[in-house]
Amino acid sequence: MVLATGRTVGSALKTAIGASLPVRRSSNAAMNEMLPSPQPAAASSAPEGLAISARGLAKSFGTVRAVDGIDLDVPRGMIFAILGPNGAGKTTLMRMLATLSQPDEGSATIMGHDLVAAPHAVRGAIAMTGQFASLDEDLTGRENLVLLSRLWGFRGREAKKRSDELLAAFGLSGAAGKQVKDYSGGMRRRLDIAASLIVTPGVLFLDEPTTGLDPNARKDVWNMIRGLAASGVTILLTTQYLEEADQLAARIAVIDHGRKIAEGTSRDLKAATGSGFLHVALADPDRRDEAAHLLETLLGQSVSRSAEGAELHVMAGTAQAANEALAALIAAGIELADFSMGQPSLEQVFFALTDRPRPSAELQEKKGTRT
Amino acid sequence: MTEATSLMRLRRVARPPAPSALSNALVFGWRAVLKFKHVPEQLFDLVMTPIMFTLLFTFVFGGALAGSPSEYLQFFLPGILVQTVVFNSVYSGMGLSTDFGKGLFDRFRSLPIWSLAPFAGLMVGDILRHLIAATIIPTIGLILGYRPEAGVLGVVAAFAMLTAIGFGMGWVFIVLGLLIRTPTTVMTAGFTFLFPLVFASNIMVDPSTMPGWLQAIVEINPVSLMTTALRGLMGGGASAADVLLALIAPVALTAVLAPMTLWLYLRR
Repeated sequence: MVLATGRTVGSALKTAIGASLPVRRSSNAAMNEMLPSPQPAAASSAPEGLAISARGLAKSFGTVRAVDGIDLDVPRGMIFAILGPNGAGKTTLMRMLATLSQPDEGSATIMGHDLVAAPHAVRGAIAMTGQFASLDEDLTGRENLVLLSRLWGFRGREAKKRSDELLAAFGLSGAAGKQVKDYSGGMRRRLDIAASLIVTPGVLFLDEPTTGLDPNARKDVWNMIRGLAASGVTILLTTQYLEEADQLAARIAVIDHGRKIAEGTSRDLKAATGSGFLHVALADPDRRDEAAHLLETLLGQSVSRSAEGAELHVMAGTAQAANEALAALIAAGIELADFSMGQPSLEQVFFALTDRPRPSAELQEKKGTRT
Repeated sequence: MTEATSLMRLRRVARPPAPSALSNALVFGWRAVLKFKHVPEQLFDLVMTPIMFTLLFTFVFGGALAGSPSEYLQFFLPGILVQTVVFNSVYSGMGLSTDFGKGLFDRFRSLPIWSLAPFAGLMVGDILRHLIAATIIPTIGLILGYRPEAGVLGVVAAFAMLTAIGFGMGWVFIVLGLLIRTPTTVMTAGFTFLFPLVFASNIMVDPSTMPGWLQAIVEINPVSLMTTALRGLMGGGASAADVLLALIAPVALTAVLAPMTLWLYLRR
């Protein structure tokens, strides 16, 4: 378990350092930045203008304000992630934007159409793939696509042609004649996304697109999403996986308790939390208290720990301070399994933002199943 | 990476001209037909239940209830048609509940289609079921010796009446399907409501042997009114009043529950 977690942190660090984010803006934008700021990378593949522009969207269920006044600006052609824990209001926000639920307050335009005044026009410009595969399980994969093609207005032969194109593009030609109830989770998810692309949408909404998928199927879906974005589709996805937002999204909005608590690129969010993070993994987890105390005394910063306690994370500020801290640990006879210096992982950013000192059991569990 | 590259080659497709509401409804009707193809178990249920009821009541209870099985069949057959059509509506409600549970209706609702089209599709499925049942039962009846004294015209009128009854009763299960998340609960809730309605009627027996208070209920039970009208239509001697009384419930149910369906559907 300790080793497995070590790997996770290692890979999170690699992304934190920025090696996988070559196209993202590196400016040091302030946190809680609310203004739209189109990316150079996105602007090159999309016409000007916003795909989604929302102001003050709110929705209550009884006395609970599920979405409590959210502003959102998503440039065309971008992958935009809404990141938050379960119950943060992600799905409610997305359902409002996809015309499935009426906002109590606020307004929004989707691809230039007003959400409340012209929901039918909005529906013509969007597609949504919900959390659960929204397919008819009794029908075959092909019949599902033909059904939806006909609902969009394609006639017999065109509907079949488009369905077959989609099945081929999603690697489902072989399973086209099988009933969906016999599909695996990954195949269902692929068909579900294919079903959203019968007419190329202006905006594709993906609600937790990889929840419940195994690691291979998740990678497949990620590649699919990247491919779609490269073809010019604006994608708004919700996720509770920090890695997913980090890997896919050009911009991330963090929401909690129905409010947006931060927005920016993955780099912005990390930079706002501060760089110069020191991560150490102890060879002997039993000495974590001793090590944490030493680091706190030396650096004057609070030390956060992984749930298992074998890793410590602390803001060192400068490389020299980090060096001194490491030297002090070694001098005290505390053996280190691994150490690194870099930006905080998105996970640490998230917990700093949501004011939760430690990963919730739920996120840890999700992470655990992945490693 | 193969997915990503093959997706980038995927043809971009613009929206075709918007289809008509009728076209949308027909697509959902096609879906109902596909369901018959892929879920043959449902068809088995649909065919076997009325056959069993007809045989059971005719041969086991018929002699005791009406003197002889053949005499009872003449009385009972229009009633079993009403019962079957009323019970058959449960499939739509269960299907609807399943579709909602699976999020399928969220997809339909996010499409630029006529909002009521999915319900029109359910109705197509319902009507097909009613037609199947309404063909099988009289066929069995004819084999066993039932004779519709009003002739072909009477039977056709009876079919039309059954469709109207099915249409009206269908809304009950559609509303239940919209309100209840689990399909089996839809079935249980529906039957809890329908069983007393069907048995406390004149479908199986002449109510003259029932206690007075029950007779009063049976007389105004819409299912009794429907059965009386259907007996008249198939056996001859139906008055316009019989037919109108039988249609009160279907018309009232449609008038109340159709708008309620739309409201429930759009609210979700």
